[in-house]
Amino acid sequence: MPERKVIVESQVGLHARPAATFVQTAAKAAIDVTVAKPGGEPVSAKSILSILALDVRHGEAIVIHAEGDGAERLLDELAAIVSVP
Amino acid sequence: MERLAGAGVSPGAGYGPAYVMSGAVQEPAPGTRHDGDPAAEAVRAAAAMERVAAELEARGEAAGGDAKDVLAAQAMIARDPALSTDVTTLIGAGTAAERAVFEAFLHYRDILSGIGGYLGARVADLDDIRDRVIAELAGVPMPGLPRPAGRPYVLVARDLAPADTALLSPDVVAAFVTEEGGPTGHTAILARAMGVPAVVACPGAASIAPGTPLLVDGATGVVRVAPSREEVTATLRAAREVVPVMPAAPAPGATSDGHPVALLANIGGPGDVPSALRHGAEGVGLYRTELLFLDRGEAPSEEEQIAAYRQVLTAFPGRTVTVRVLDAGADKPLSFLPPPGREPNPALGRRGLRVLRAYPDVLAVQLRALARAAAGTSAVLRVMAPMVATAEDASWFAAACEEAGLTCAGVMIEVPAAALRAADIAAVAGFLSVGTNDLAQYAFAADREAGALAALQDPWQPALLDLVAMAAAAGVPCGVCGEAGADPALACVLAGLGVSSLSMTARALPWVRAALARHTLEQCRAAAAAARAARTPGEARAAARDRLPGLA
Repeated sequence: MPERKVIVESQVGLHARPAATFVQTAAKAAIDVTVAKPGGEPVSAKSILSILALDVRHGEAIVIHAEGDGAERLLDELAAIVSVP
Repeated sequence: MERLAGAGVSPGAGYGPAYVMSGAVQEPAPGTRHDGDPAAEAVRAAAAMERVAAELEARGEAAGGDAKDVLAAQAMIARDPALSTDVTTLIGAGTAAERAVFEAFLHYRDILSGIGGYLGARVADLDDIRDRVIAELAGVPMPGLPRPAGRPYVLVARDLAPADTALLSPDVVAAFVTEEGGPTGHTAILARAMGVPAVVACPGAASIAPGTPLLVDGATGVVRVAPSREEVTATLRAAREVVPVMPAAPAPGATSDGHPVALLANIGGPGDVPSALRHGAEGVGLYRTELLFLDRGEAPSEEEQIAAYRQVLTAFPGRTVTVRVLDAGADKPLSFLPPPGREPNPALGRRGLRVLRAYPDVLAVQLRALARAAAGTSAVLRVMAPMVATAEDASWFAAACEEAGLTCAGVMIEVPAAALRAADIAAVAGFLSVGTNDLAQYAFAADREAGALAALQDPWQPALLDLVAMAAAAGVPCGVCGEAGADPALACVLAGLGVSSLSMTARALPWVRAALARHTLEQCRAAAAAARAARTPGEARAAARDRLPGLA
């Protein structure tokens, strides 16, 4: 199952500019993408409000999941965004 | 005649009819239902959300800069698919579009305000977007600003959002008056940058009737309601006299009895030089070099840095140009200078000089680039380090400068420890420059981004003035390059404390020059002593102003 577990390296967590970049990238894809905290309920990666409501802080892990055409590449791209300190 | 009083945060006087920004759009009554086709109602809601998103985006595009990013993020919220799913579900159950939008937003509003902190502060943004969508649906005027009017109006609001102020200009707004807000708040900084008079923290402002003529004095903080014609003429004339028409080469900053106080500009790069020159800057007091480094995968090359620095240095022949070396970390993280690990409090972590001590090669390249850029120009290059805490930090930086062949190494005073031991630092530093915003943040343990703590960021806090006085008495030239210097009354107080230069956003220079020129050094010293003797920022401001008659 195409999935990535990544540590959020941004100092501000998955908030502010990193969150906006993350959602913009996910929204461009035609396939569904979700984000969850490990063991938590997944939410749409295309929803800025859902992402903010997850309240992911610096150093926390997230699980990104996508299925369909180009899923692997999209996951790599999203993982790279949150891996930038 | 009625008179309101608040804090004058941007000098000058403005007169015009009040445009009172409407507060929140009325909440659609609970239980409001649509009568019929849920699909059509859902389409109506979606169209309204898209129109609001498009308008926010267009405003951002027109404004550019930081406003563009802020408004693009707001447009994303209006287009949020989860939000629109919630709206559609509520409409499917019979709820009218207006109420469905209100309830869908309420859900996220509760979550974000429950989390608090940064996200809690985003609740106001959510409310703004929600109100715009509801106004669009209900066909009522959009909350926010009117279209450009025939003549400038006085903008009155509880507080101003970036979305509202991004596109304003002095042609549209004669003055700002807000019920809330503080001296280092968004409205104050924006108003000073625009050159528009502003009064904040003015109780009663939000209940002024729309259209009422208002006369706003941004220096004294007085707002006169329906003033007489004579009063308007006199106040506007007095304000114009304080703001002299800029001569081609304005006299250097000085008190009326000739005590010099160099008036310098804060710049972020070569693009800010024309404004600095136009407003009569005698040089540069703070060149923030981090803009060259932000949003990149690696440090800019030595050649690229030389080009940027030389453009600034050649613009000020024979003048002082004070360059702050890279100030990274905390709110300005750089991917190629990662912190040592997770920092629970980045503002108390590895930032400023601490980053450079961990990556000395980055500093060495920057210092070498500065030395090479200055070669062959007549500018007087001074280099200073941010976030210095100890004399040992300062020695380390001075040694690095010497190694690069730079003779004038200085230190920013932003950490209370550095102010307390300024004399030790002065023994190894050529000059000091006080960053009042960060110094207040660390002295009061109050995050400068935290709006709820604005009172602790007030540059008139007596404790902050005490720390500045210690730095100014350390025995080497000491400037102030924080927001404090842009307040004309406070500028006089700082001069009275012994500060030898003031550096600020270029547009504030004419007012500060005029304020200094209207007072003697003795008056400035008396104002400084009175401010330090006060117990609260309000008392300090009032006591100082009593001794500065030229500002009345």
